[in-house]
Amino acid sequence: MSNLLLDPGLVIALLLNFYILTVTSLKEVIYAVALQGALLGLLYPVAHTGFSMADRAGSLDAVTGVRLLGLTVAIVAIKGWLIPRFLLRAMRVADVRSSLTSTIGVIPPLLMGGIGTALAIVFARSLPMAEQHVSHLPIPAALATAVCGFLVLCTRREALGQVLGYIVLENGIFIFGLLLIEAVPIMVELGIVLDLFVGVFVMGIIFNHVSRAFPEASVEHLSNLKE
Amino acid sequence: MMLLLFLLPLAAAGLAFVMPSNRWRPWVLPVTGLAHMVVAGWVLAQGDQWALDRWIAVDPLSRLFIGFISVLFFVCSLYAPAYLRLRTERDNRVLCGCLLLALAMMSLVTLAHHLGLMWVAMEATTLATAPCIYFNHNPRSLEATWKYLVIGSVGIALALLGSFFLAYSMVQAGSESTLLVDELVRQSHKLSPSWLHAAFVLLLIGYGTKMGLAPMHTWKPDAYGEAPGLVGALLAGGLTSCAFLCVLRFYHLAHIAHDDQYLHGMLIFMGLLSMGAAALFMSNQRDIKRLLAYSSVEHMGMLVFGMGVGGAAAAGSLLHVVHNGLCKAALFLAAANIHRAYGTSAADQIQGVLKRVPWSGWLMLISFFAITGSPLFGPFVSEYQILCGAFATGHAVSGALFFVLLLLVFWGIGNTLIRCSLGPAESGEHAAGANEYRDNLPMVIPVVICVLLVFVLGVYTPPFLSTGVANALQFLQQIPDR
Repeated sequence: MSNLLLDPGLVIALLLNFYILTVTSLKEVIYAVALQGALLGLLYPVAHTGFSMADRAGSLDAVTGVRLLGLTVAIVAIKGWLIPRFLLRAMRVADVRSSLTSTIGVIPPLLMGGIGTALAIVFARSLPMAEQHVSHLPIPAALATAVCGFLVLCTRREALGQVLGYIVLENGIFIFGLLLIEAVPIMVELGIVLDLFVGVFVMGIIFNHVSRAFPEASVEHLSNLKE
Repeated sequence: MMLLLFLLPLAAAGLAFVMPSNRWRPWVLPVTGLAHMVVAGWVLAQGDQWALDRWIAVDPLSRLFIGFISVLFFVCSLYAPAYLRLRTERDNRVLCGCLLLALAMMSLVTLAHHLGLMWVAMEATTLATAPCIYFNHNPRSLEATWKYLVIGSVGIALALLGSFFLAYSMVQAGSESTLLVDELVRQSHKLSPSWLHAAFVLLLIGYGTKMGLAPMHTWKPDAYGEAPGLVGALLAGGLTSCAFLCVLRFYHLAHIAHDDQYLHGMLIFMGLLSMGAAALFMSNQRDIKRLLAYSSVEHMGMLVFGMGVGGAAAAGSLLHVVHNGLCKAALFLAAANIHRAYGTSAADQIQGVLKRVPWSGWLMLISFFAITGSPLFGPFVSEYQILCGAFATGHAVSGALFFVLLLLVFWGIGNTLIRCSLGPAESGEHAAGANEYRDNLPMVIPVVICVLLVFVLGVYTPPFLSTGVANALQFLQQIPDR
């Protein structure tokens, strides 16, 4: 059952990568990143029951169930609601242009995203996978999402666009973490998500200062420090 | 007691954030630094310890780093009250609170034996130090902070992916996945080489970004150039050393997993690349703080080069963590005094430092000779050890390159610093009464302490340090019971 839900969920996350790469409206990109974050939060218990419990032919005990529910709610709340809300507020307060621009146009990032996804799939196939994971998408999806996040981060001119790229990159790593439910205990998972939130929060504060100092909050203005 | 190393600065950070007095708040730094040093001394005297289900532990490697970071923070914190008294126009709440938070997180990095916890602490150091870089609140510091945050966060995100790869290599080997260092070391012979290789590349790029290894060093000159000298000293001496410790944790695993040839090659390459890049950018550098940043890139390169060579060079690298950290503290604090006296850190506007601020000028000059590996100073001992280690293990070409790059760096730093030090005091655009700052005892004493320590370590390595380094090296090379 969990496999039936996990793979389609990851396909949606991959499609969202391409949407994020092509859309120029800042608001729409924030909503897409929020949707991807919330979706991954919802996939967390699916992966947990799929990879961890089912493999041991066991079932969730009450304590694990409550912990799992709590963490799912926390991840969905932070990735799908808190961070996007904070970014929308930063956008409003800073009164920045509502569209994002790319340093290399609209089509090239899409093409590069496609090539990156294909390479991620090829690379994932070259690595030996655990028996229970061979048919699953998490590894290629994780690598492809990380690549797309990196592309957004490198090609967007606006500071807020770079923050969004960083979040997509983190989402890619989160997908890989779905394979390691036992290795990444709840405390660490929470720590990672909290670090992400605080990171975005600090970036948001600095972004506000950037937008006050430079029009359009474009990182192209951040080029005074060089050799 | 071990937890106090982390909890004490955390509580002090809370105190600094709520304390209303801008005048008394900076004193929380040296008081906490002293208390941290006492606790660290007590913990180090107790031997190896574990807590929280072996998530945190004091092992020979963490002993070396926690002791050093504690001393470094205390010495640097002595500078803070006098410096911040000169900066009354600015609220120091965030700076003091974040520096203490950074100490808490650096302590946690040294103690963490769970790769996830170590990552969380390392990422937290980025977040804690970013506001410190923005202390001056001008467009240049804003740009530096943004770059530091974005590049640092992306680098550290790749390190997390690398840690996950490592855990997955356990799953692939049919074991239960874990991020506990002890467990990974115990089962390292089972780990999948393909996943290990991929993990090490990501980890070296990730934590190498935090160390400031070339070509991921681009944040370093900007951040160190725009941050207050006190922050630069702690970043160059403490934070980068913590990132090196993270690299060492994986070096340990690679060695145990008999996968060290692959890692050694990468470390030697990255080390020489960093030294080469630093030498190149230093040769025409016109800003003394950026010059010191490139010196940090060079010395991070030396650390990984020594580990890549192995043997005696690896021991030299571990010793160099201490020597480099103390030297960097002296250099950055002295440079901060000079910056204050001239109102700029641009080398072409600074002349006659030895006459205008003689104490800071002489200390800067002595530190320059120390950091470039001149005899009688600590770095000479460790750099010589790395160089001899390279030739002794058959890395003659790498060793020769290492030596040539040392000479180039000597010329690069000396060319700028000696020109700034000499000449008439009042020449230069900004020198003519740009501000009235002159050397004062509270801002010179921390630099004197660092220089004295570097000198003492150059002529005499105390037994606790040599034993600490030997134990740490033995720990890194020891095959565990399985």
